[in-house]
Amino acid sequence: MTQADVALPKGPPRDWVPVLLVPALMLLAWPLVGSTTSWITLTVAGLAMGMMIFVMASGLTLVFGLMDVLNFGHGAFIAFGAYVALIVARPLAGWIDAPVPLLNGAVFVLMILVAMAVAGVGGLVFERVLVRPVYGQHLRQILVTMGGLIVAQQLIIVLWGPVQVTLMVPAAFRGALVLGNVAIERYRLLAILVGLVVLAVMLLVLNRTRLGLLIRAGVQNREMVEALGYRVRRLFVGVFMAGSALSGLGGVMWALYREALTPTMGLDVTVLVFIVVIIGGLGSVGGCFIGALLVALTANYVGFLAPRVAAATNILLMVLVLLWRAQGLYPVVKRG
Amino acid sequence: MTAVSPRRRGGGENPVAIGLVALIFVVLALVPFLFAGSQPLNVGAKICYFIVLAASFDLLLGYTGIVSFAHAMFFGIGGYGAGLALTHLGPSWGALLAGTAGALVFALLLALLIGFFSLRVRAIFFAMITLAIASAFAILASQLSFITGGEDGLSFSLPAVLSPGHRLFAGPILGVRLSGRHLAYWFVFAVSLLLFLAMRRVVGSPFGRVLQAIRENEFRAEALGYRTLVYRLVVNGLAAMIAALAGVLCAIWLRYTGPDTTLSFDIMLDILLMVVIGGMGTLYGAVIGAVLLILAESYLRALMGGLAAATAGLPLLPQLFDPDRWLLWLGILFILCVYFFPLGIVGRLRRG
Repeated sequence: MTQADVALPKGPPRDWVPVLLVPALMLLAWPLVGSTTSWITLTVAGLAMGMMIFVMASGLTLVFGLMDVLNFGHGAFIAFGAYVALIVARPLAGWIDAPVPLLNGAVFVLMILVAMAVAGVGGLVFERVLVRPVYGQHLRQILVTMGGLIVAQQLIIVLWGPVQVTLMVPAAFRGALVLGNVAIERYRLLAILVGLVVLAVMLLVLNRTRLGLLIRAGVQNREMVEALGYRVRRLFVGVFMAGSALSGLGGVMWALYREALTPTMGLDVTVLVFIVVIIGGLGSVGGCFIGALLVALTANYVGFLAPRVAAATNILLMVLVLLWRAQGLYPVVKRG
Repeated sequence: MTAVSPRRRGGGENPVAIGLVALIFVVLALVPFLFAGSQPLNVGAKICYFIVLAASFDLLLGYTGIVSFAHAMFFGIGGYGAGLALTHLGPSWGALLAGTAGALVFALLLALLIGFFSLRVRAIFFAMITLAIASAFAILASQLSFITGGEDGLSFSLPAVLSPGHRLFAGPILGVRLSGRHLAYWFVFAVSLLLFLAMRRVVGSPFGRVLQAIRENEFRAEALGYRTLVYRLVVNGLAAMIAALAGVLCAIWLRYTGPDTTLSFDIMLDILLMVVIGGMGTLYGAVIGAVLLILAESYLRALMGGLAAATAGLPLLPQLFDPDRWLLWLGILFILCVYFFPLGIVGRLRRG
């Protein structure tokens, strides 16, 4: 950054209203839930779930922002990541159950690394084989990536069978911390921690590195970045791989949270991720984060208050947001 | 912008495709006489209402270029509308009519509502939002079990004329003892044929031409003075109502409505595969796709089972050929179709 920065025109002031929605929702839920202890438990659960959804959704929204590619097969990486973790989890089952926190942590990190690596490579293949031939054609993009999801889902069944598989949380992260009369599950705290780390790294890369500058510039105006001699296509492949790796990470976290893997989990989570991305504004990482928290908190509160209609509340939330801002919380302004 | 096919002819269709579809309908009409047993009758009826369902989806996908993942939801609304009315009001024609009317109104309102929210912005929004809404609807339908019967669904009886116990004639006609079951089959067939012809009429009308103009170049259609949003909303509502009618036909035939037969995502995938493999933007393609897919579903599994048994000793192959994995192969076929034959089977016939 040089002194020339001073001369640059200032952007519009930061838009804080969507950010305030999250604490507003928490406060609104407090009297509705009634008891403070349940409220704290639900809020922590909501934050943990929101972090995981954010990890899964961030790649999708960035890919869309950069290249106008909406990957309906995104859920395939989530599911594949989770299943690939089994490759580590099964032979190292002893490490998972051992009462040694070091081994537990090691197996957790290993699972995540394997899942991210496989999902990242999967993303590369997916981009080459499926997405590349249909650039700029939304209709065929939707169809082809959806076809990819079907094939991936069936391959999971071929490789790991159609029935639900259990995946235990490593011993050190089981159980709950009791503070006063509030019980907070340890794994949820871990999920929040991982989510925050991902968010921090992402913001750091996007806002403080040259790579991030190029990505942000590419989201704003691809042609201009290309005209300046940067290969946005190559950048995009990198973002696609990183996004897939992140969804692999999210898949493992999600599977451990549910302690179960099902072949349809990719599609189930895709629906959630789509709602989050629409609420946040397609292409916006910040909006995606707030959207994820809103959706997860609402899901937890409503799941407690009126479990039967919980499925519809996500839709209701989305409709309300779209009534307020038709392009999502933070619309990505495209020029050119 | 998102043109499926650069080459499209203005006038008539390929005579081969028309002949094939005409042959399909003739065979469907004669199924009770041509094949013995109840299995062919079931397959035939399923083909009939899936023709309506796939063709109405083609109105959206092939003619207007919008992707909806909520088509199975509207199918389910029809099924549940008929099912609820026949369960609570008794097995009468009036109840069936009331249920159908209710389902049509509900489907239309819901389609317009979804359209208002998502068709304004971008086509891609519509695909995402319909996917989300359809999945929420399916969960809701299984959760609100006091209305919908939950996972078990609803079983009901039909008006006495259509029940299997009803005998049409004292003796056999052309070697077949005709019962109310056959009458129900022909009812499903006749309504399906009428709906298909009506849809052909719609796409051949000036309205249908505007839809195709929107698909080929929305900006240009708008510049010519057509209010594209209105056209898309109307076709979305129309397709939803026809899908609901297909759902009613399905309920009539099965005498049952449940999540697995109507609302599930598998049904949505089936519709998508039928239209894409058969050929988008022709309606004839939807018919051919529906016939192929239902026949494959009903009879190809046996073949796959044979392959699985033949490769039993080898690693992985038996799992790949497992009869339940047929969706894997269809998915691959589907992707190849989108790449190489965007006009599907009908497109191939046309070129030939």
